[in-house]
Amino acid sequence: MSSESHTAPPVTTDPVQVMAPDGTVVDPDFLATIPREDIVALYEAMLAQRVYDDRMIKMQRQGRLGFYLACTGEEACSYGPAYALEPKDWFYPAYREPGVALWRGMPFQAWVDNMVGNCDDPVKGRQMPVHWTAREQNIVSISSPVGTQIPQCVGSAYAAKLRGDGGVSICFFGEGTSSEGDFHVGLNFAGVWKAPAIFFCRNNGYAISTPYEKTTATEHIALRAHGYGIRGVVVDGNDVLAVIKAVREAAEWGRAGRGPTLIEAKTYRIAAHSTSDDPKGYRTREEEELWLARCPLKRLRAWLEAEGLWDEAKEQACTEASSARIIAALTTAESKPHPELDTLFSEVFADKPPHLVAQQAELEAHLASGTADYKSR
Amino acid sequence: MATMNIIQAVNNALHLAMDAEDDVVLLGEDVGKFGGVFRATVGLQERFGEDRVIDTPLAESGIIGAAIGMALYGVKTIAEIQFSDFIFPAYDQIVNELAKYRYRSGGEYPCPMVIRTPVGGGIRGGHYHSQSPESVFVHHAGLVVVAPSNPYDAKGLLLAALESPDPVMVLEPKRIYRGPDHGKNWSAHPKGEVPEDYYTVPIGKAAIARELTGEGVPVTVLTYGAMVHTCGKAAELAAAEGIDVELVDLRSLMPYDLEAIVASASKTGRVVVANEAPRTCGYAAEIVSLVGEHCFDWLEAPVTRVTGYDTPFPYTLEFAYLPDAGRVLKAVRDVAHYA
Repeated sequence: MSSESHTAPPVTTDPVQVMAPDGTVVDPDFLATIPREDIVALYEAMLAQRVYDDRMIKMQRQGRLGFYLACTGEEACSYGPAYALEPKDWFYPAYREPGVALWRGMPFQAWVDNMVGNCDDPVKGRQMPVHWTAREQNIVSISSPVGTQIPQCVGSAYAAKLRGDGGVSICFFGEGTSSEGDFHVGLNFAGVWKAPAIFFCRNNGYAISTPYEKTTATEHIALRAHGYGIRGVVVDGNDVLAVIKAVREAAEWGRAGRGPTLIEAKTYRIAAHSTSDDPKGYRTREEEELWLARCPLKRLRAWLEAEGLWDEAKEQACTEASSARIIAALTTAESKPHPELDTLFSEVFADKPPHLVAQQAELEAHLASGTADYKSR
Repeated sequence: MATMNIIQAVNNALHLAMDAEDDVVLLGEDVGKFGGVFRATVGLQERFGEDRVIDTPLAESGIIGAAIGMALYGVKTIAEIQFSDFIFPAYDQIVNELAKYRYRSGGEYPCPMVIRTPVGGGIRGGHYHSQSPESVFVHHAGLVVVAPSNPYDAKGLLLAALESPDPVMVLEPKRIYRGPDHGKNWSAHPKGEVPEDYYTVPIGKAAIARELTGEGVPVTVLTYGAMVHTCGKAAELAAAEGIDVELVDLRSLMPYDLEAIVASASKTGRVVVANEAPRTCGYAAEIVSLVGEHCFDWLEAPVTRVTGYDTPFPYTLEFAYLPDAGRVLKAVRDVAHYA
């Protein structure tokens, strides 16, 4: 019970910001550390993401996709961390972090194949859309129950520390998830173990339809860090450069053996929660307008244009190219067959045990009998 | 060869596993300095250090969740849940996460790790230190579940679990940790002889705990864990009445040894299945169903269950609740004399 082990790491609630909503630079020193071509690439990627999300929603409305979750308005919260960390670091996304996949190099077609659940879907059609995985990029498989990845991220971070490989692990979740037991359990374990973990909370204002005020009485999620003896930071989640800065600092803190950081990114879910809800039923147009003015793309574009790095022609070209890319990938994805029937029974265990061999034979006989009564796609 | 009880056999297995590789971590409540409430992890932290033998905060979902993260990263992980009654805060992590990782990730993220947890009643532990939750874990696809009934198998199955590419739950029968029956210790039991060297007991294979003698009406008794000894006692009583029991120790609940079940049931045609857990949807129900599906033509009597009751596990009346040798004997007589 030494007092040194209980020295509280700092918790700050003034949002980290590099660029104001109008594109004005407020932290030129940090800005100077990011190559300008990278900033252009980040903008292009986030703009492309908006096009992909828009197309996916339309596809779902046409009945061609079962389900989709867009990250519109929150692009900076997945492209920023993906940019900030190293290839060896581990990512535990929730379900609103396509930037983690695409920036880190998950093959684009594989990402789209997951949306369709075809034979080339990395998860073999076993999960709903938006539940992809990317082993080569150290991105862990996505789960629907929220918060479960938080203690898991602590475990990976601890393992990296045990091996001394210098890796950090980051997990993503919304402010709604900070009510789950696994959030509190995970932060507590991480604090005790001084695990190099980064807890990235996207505070986008809503847990599906339930607003922030109805799910927590604390002004900032980041304040909770103090109770677990870990570092806490608030960042402007619509400022991709600020997100990069916050994640980099958290990673340095972790790699230096100082433990985890809880990052609260203040953002807004311009999108619906998923294709299964309509925000008109639970929030106002005025509120949406307020946040549209703080859009992560808008501010970056303003700065890029002022610097002569971007213009309307480039905007059009990027939008059109992204649209063509996603349409082509979706068309390809739709043309691919279902996963093999064997994938229903394989990989439950490493080797198929006898009872699953028998159940598979039973299904194959049923399908061969001509009496099967369900529709294939 | 040494005489060991189940605790010593588990402790010996853990020492061997942690000695063989640096990349093995053990974690749980009070497993470190104290050596576990049942003393199964005594000496490990002293030998392998606090980084590898971790006294965790009191949060089962954290123990399992963090163990999953370590296992995904490639560290071999052994998590202890102090009593299986306390496992439910980790239920989501076990059934939705651990059990599903390989499948849901298309094979990209297998999650081999081991959960050890003491199960069962008979220690005057009341509801929250006595339950037998095996059926719920068997039911959720993706978990290997084993239930040793003696020191030899406890060590061999634990080491096999650590070699397994799948997540394995080892359900340790706490009532028989220190002896197969009240007042007896393991030194008088053949399975109390445990080699000190490394060996494994294959997962998915049942064992014959008592063979047919050829004297009397043949009856099969299928069970596992502590009930193997209750049923063994019933078998001795039945022998005096001209009933010849083949006692099958299932050992592995998922995957199960259908071949051994069918071989014995079709040989005797008279089958009793026993488990300590409550009756409805208990593990015995599944075995009864399998015997019905696979052995109907050989059956001479209805397949019968002996189980705990569909009540919460009681404190004072636990020995009324627990299936005893007398209840097993009654069922054995019923199937032996069924006309």
